[in-house]
Amino acid sequence: MNLFKRKNYIPLTPRTEAVQSPKRDAEVVMEEPIIPDGMWVKCRHCQKLIYKKEMDEYQICPKCGGHFRIGALDRIAITCDEGSFVEYDASMESKNPMNYPSYEKVLDKAREKSGTKEGIICGRCKIDGYDAVIAVMDSNFMMGSMGSVVGEKITRAIEHATEMKLPIVIFTTSGGARMQEGIISLMQMAKTSAALRRHSEAGLLYITVITDPTTGGVSASFANLGDIILAEPKAVIGFAGRRVIEGTINEKLPDDFQTSEFQLEHGFIDKIVDRREMKSTLSRLFKLHGLKGGLE
Amino acid sequence: MKTAAEIVAESRKVQRPTSLEFIAEIFDDFIELHGDRAFADDKAVVGGIASLKGMPVTVIGVQKGHTVAENVERRFGAPNPDGYRKTIRLMKQAEKFNRPVITFINTMGAYPGVGAEERGQGEAIARCLFETAGLKVPVISVFIGEGGSGGALALAAGDKVWMLQYGMYAVLSPEGFASILWRDPTRSGEAADLMKLTAKDLLANGVIEKIIPEPEEGLENNLKFTTDILREELYDELTNLCAKTTEELLEERYERFRKFGEFNN
Repeated sequence: MNLFKRKNYIPLTPRTEAVQSPKRDAEVVMEEPIIPDGMWVKCRHCQKLIYKKEMDEYQICPKCGGHFRIGALDRIAITCDEGSFVEYDASMESKNPMNYPSYEKVLDKAREKSGTKEGIICGRCKIDGYDAVIAVMDSNFMMGSMGSVVGEKITRAIEHATEMKLPIVIFTTSGGARMQEGIISLMQMAKTSAALRRHSEAGLLYITVITDPTTGGVSASFANLGDIILAEPKAVIGFAGRRVIEGTINEKLPDDFQTSEFQLEHGFIDKIVDRREMKSTLSRLFKLHGLKGGLE
Repeated sequence: MKTAAEIVAESRKVQRPTSLEFIAEIFDDFIELHGDRAFADDKAVVGGIASLKGMPVTVIGVQKGHTVAENVERRFGAPNPDGYRKTIRLMKQAEKFNRPVITFINTMGAYPGVGAEERGQGEAIARCLFETAGLKVPVISVFIGEGGSGGALALAAGDKVWMLQYGMYAVLSPEGFASILWRDPTRSGEAADLMKLTAKDLLANGVIEKIIPEPEEGLENNLKFTTDILREELYDELTNLCAKTTEELLEERYERFRKFGEFNN
């Protein structure tokens, strides 16, 4: 497939080897989670070891300012006004539509690891006094993959927002469609996009906050449909996985390929926002859209 | 009775008729229109205006080739963002002139390339889904060969989705599925069985509404057998869909996708 080569990047491997190596798909090729148990964590940006207690609730590297991946519950704590978050559909759990062997075990493990029931938490909240619906994905749960529950919870959250004439903010982090649920996962892309269409036609505001990593089916549906698309610094954002593309062109891609900065450069996001500024950026945007209920 | 793996092979067979051959057989007239008005004319997606038994329709299809040279030109039927933006342009044009839309799908998925990412493959597919959800004219999609991933769904988010007897449609290729979940692409046959990707399975779970039969001697040997059926079915269904009000059409389209999902609440 090297006939489609557009740019010369650094050669990755001799051509014969690259062709023989099995192709891995976009949806799950992700770096290992960065936060092991214990007192020390390694920053994936500067590779330095960080004493956990040195990090505050924003989970930003004190040495380089790199953003660690953050769980949905922690994200809600730094985004919503204290005590304002009311969760929707908290008890919704996956079934096994494809009878995929050991899917139940995989789900149990993911619940244990993430401390949440599924890859997303949705609800209503206040952000600096503004009423909003919020949906927060969690990469600790099967890499935030989208199956029936993620798709249904997002769709319901969007429908609630449309009904109550509220803005919706979706924090994305996902490797893509959840393979274990097969074609039903794919249908969630159309389902969520159609719900956003109705929200949009009602003249309501949808803000996407893209965080590391957001790829595959989530990038090809709601993540890229915000009226305003914000992203955290140095997040991986793209459709196809880096290794799949490298396998196609037989070349190594530059480090900044598919980062937030790359997407800003190519015109696919509006603004890169530091995590510590995210809440105030959201409330400024709400204010500029004439929404009611701010703190002043 | 073919196994799932045999159906996957059949759907990808290089002799299998392509979108342009279906278009030539089904419609009385067809004028191809090119380009996305933004960057390029993606050869992996063809489209234009055609006449279905006298009814003007917009036709869009993912296009493969039969030879290596043709397939290189058509990128083996793997569209770039420009192909999805051409799709959106032609759908909006159809809406303006109140023409129904017919799409033919035959793709392993969107093209995984550097340029594709630079020009927003994810955004292009997302925008297809978003625009189709609000399109005020009927949209019928037919899977004529293989269908994989969001790159296929982008053209199949309308009112009715049909499939040829030996078509397939899955969240990704059985090889990709086996690589990801079992780290072993050679187990693709097993994956094909598990993935419920055949027309029969997809009809049972509501992902498609209709199966279009293929001739016993093989589609490539008697395309007319299938296109004669398809022409009548398309005409009847479009007549039916065109009789609905816009509100009915859009509500039913919303519900068509809203229902998918299995969970305990």
